[in-house]
Amino acid sequence: MDKFHSLKGIAAPLPIVNIDTDMIIPKQFLKTIKRTGLGVSLFYEMRYDNDGNLIKDFVLNTSPFDQSKILVAGDNFGCGSSREHAPWSLTDFGIRSVISTSFADIFYNNCFQNGILPIVVSPENLDQLMTAAKNQIEFTIDLPEQIIKAGNHSINFEIEEFRKERLLQGLDDIGITLGYQDKINAYEEDKKNKKPWLFKKN
Amino acid sequence: MSNQGPKTLFDKIWFEHLVGQREDGTNLLYIDRHLVHEVTSPQAFEGLKLSNRPVHRPEATIAVADHNVPTINRQNIEDPQSKIQVETLAKNTKEHGIQYFDLMDQRQGIVHIIGPEQGITQPGMTIVCGDSHTSTHGAFGALAFGIGTSEVEHVLATQTIVQNPAKNMRISVNGELPFGVNSKDLILYIIGKIGTAGGTGHVIEYAGSSIMGLSMEGRMTICNMSIEAGARAGLISPDQTTFNYIKGRPYAPGTEHWDQAVEYWSSLPSDNDANYDHEIVIDSSEIDPMVTWGTSPEDVVSVKGTVPNPSSAKTENKKKSIERSLEYMGLKPGTKITDIKLDKIFIGSCTNGRIEDLRKVASIVKDKKIASHVQAMIVPGSGLVKKQAEEEGIDIILKDAGFEWREAGCSMCLGMNPDQLKPGERCASTSNRNFEGRQGRGGRTHLMSPELAAASAITGNISDIRDFT
Repeated sequence: MDKFHSLKGIAAPLPIVNIDTDMIIPKQFLKTIKRTGLGVSLFYEMRYDNDGNLIKDFVLNTSPFDQSKILVAGDNFGCGSSREHAPWSLTDFGIRSVISTSFADIFYNNCFQNGILPIVVSPENLDQLMTAAKNQIEFTIDLPEQIIKAGNHSINFEIEEFRKERLLQGLDDIGITLGYQDKINAYEEDKKNKKPWLFKKN
Repeated sequence: MSNQGPKTLFDKIWFEHLVGQREDGTNLLYIDRHLVHEVTSPQAFEGLKLSNRPVHRPEATIAVADHNVPTINRQNIEDPQSKIQVETLAKNTKEHGIQYFDLMDQRQGIVHIIGPEQGITQPGMTIVCGDSHTSTHGAFGALAFGIGTSEVEHVLATQTIVQNPAKNMRISVNGELPFGVNSKDLILYIIGKIGTAGGTGHVIEYAGSSIMGLSMEGRMTICNMSIEAGARAGLISPDQTTFNYIKGRPYAPGTEHWDQAVEYWSSLPSDNDANYDHEIVIDSSEIDPMVTWGTSPEDVVSVKGTVPNPSSAKTENKKKSIERSLEYMGLKPGTKITDIKLDKIFIGSCTNGRIEDLRKVASIVKDKKIASHVQAMIVPGSGLVKKQAEEEGIDIILKDAGFEWREAGCSMCLGMNPDQLKPGERCASTSNRNFEGRQGRGGRTHLMSPELAAASAITGNISDIRDFT
């Protein structure tokens, strides 16, 4: 997984609430067996018309936002399905951070598995950042310092320590857990005695 | 949260499955059952292969193809990508010794229908699946939630998941459900009340006499849509209704362990003085049959109501959101819900594709015909639901009324297979999401109960089952 330390650049404003994962990456693109190549289909129905032509005034189709690494979006971003294709399509497009007032749980979790930093800010700060994004003011996101800077705004954000470390170091989560194999085996042995029906072979 | 003192149902399952804490302070939670389908698993198996890792406990995982599968002509999947995905699941499960119900197996069906149907889902278990509607299994008092593909890989490799505890929310619904109101109306009402982010960070425990009076099918409908309220999981205390449902099913505990299992299951309900971070109490007499008018499951209204006016919104954001939804849905403020004319009817999905749902629909459309301008489709949740319905003659009643009778799968709930709405088409759907484009680009979805969808199929307009004779 790519490490995440800091980001600098223009942020794309997407002032829509409840952006769901069907909007981020519609169903027809879930038929892939790869993690890559989804960026071109990100926000497909907002980006392309029925004939597959670019919808010119959609923010990610306009310069300089088509190069954005940051997205500023309305409340409850990423609600709906568990599809990890949503963060895969964001990273493949080049988005490495999403700023909103809230995120759906599964999407939030999926971001950290893919080197994306989701940042929760207050509604007031979101309004400020949305305006800054629209005005093409450069954003700086500093993960070690947990701070977003955009023009005159300097906004601190919270992140759980283990998630921060995971992004900073690009850790392999499975590798870490496999270090606890003995504990997992011991747990299973204990439960085989206490709840034998769970280990019945069919 | 502490392992001492009174505990909620969630707390009890949590502590029972805690393997330990990692050095980074996160918890490792043991996963009893892992359900796998074709769409969110190929990259997980690929990940295992790339890092040369085996599946830790293959017998704890059960796989089925459901999202992508055609509901007519099962012999051949025409879409080459869908075909590859289904074949990849067959190959991966074979390679790792995982039980797989293939398309020709009568046990095939929507993953959240077949788990309970096979007795795989049991109280007190932890169950995960790369699908957000895994919350369905919470109806049995199992802690069940959707995960992403990276987590699917993690569970395959370690049989655990990295988690931190959720907050506890309890929603109690009390009283006898009014005539014409059922579990789907109840959960739509709840989502309308707390909003699609209302349950974020929480596990919702549903309690109260209205909930405990529901059948297992009804309870599954409730827990299924917990994710639409933002909660990762829904839970309902296991009771005699639960035990009766499970007993004798293929994967249920056998006679040798039955009493021991029931004894454990009976210890699971929340302690009387357990603490909740959030409590909501609802009187069921305030609930009407519900319908969605917009593009979020929180956009609900009584079937007797009207399409809302954006100017009535409390915030600017909400106003914009209503305007956007109305434009997409092609609706004008103030329109009576029962004046909305339909093109399609979809009955099925992990929310409402069970035998009880099909029986209700059959009882309503018996000896009637669907309106001439609608196309109606019924997709049983599993091959066994289909078989049962055919044994009861339900298929004949439905076909006589003009419904198309299909093979099991997710179908038009998400339209990954050929069952989709065309742009502008309006559908009464018993599924769970009315997002823009969900059932097909430009398609307009109104979520409702099977009863309302059945009545609406006959009249061709969204209809109130209470007016329907």
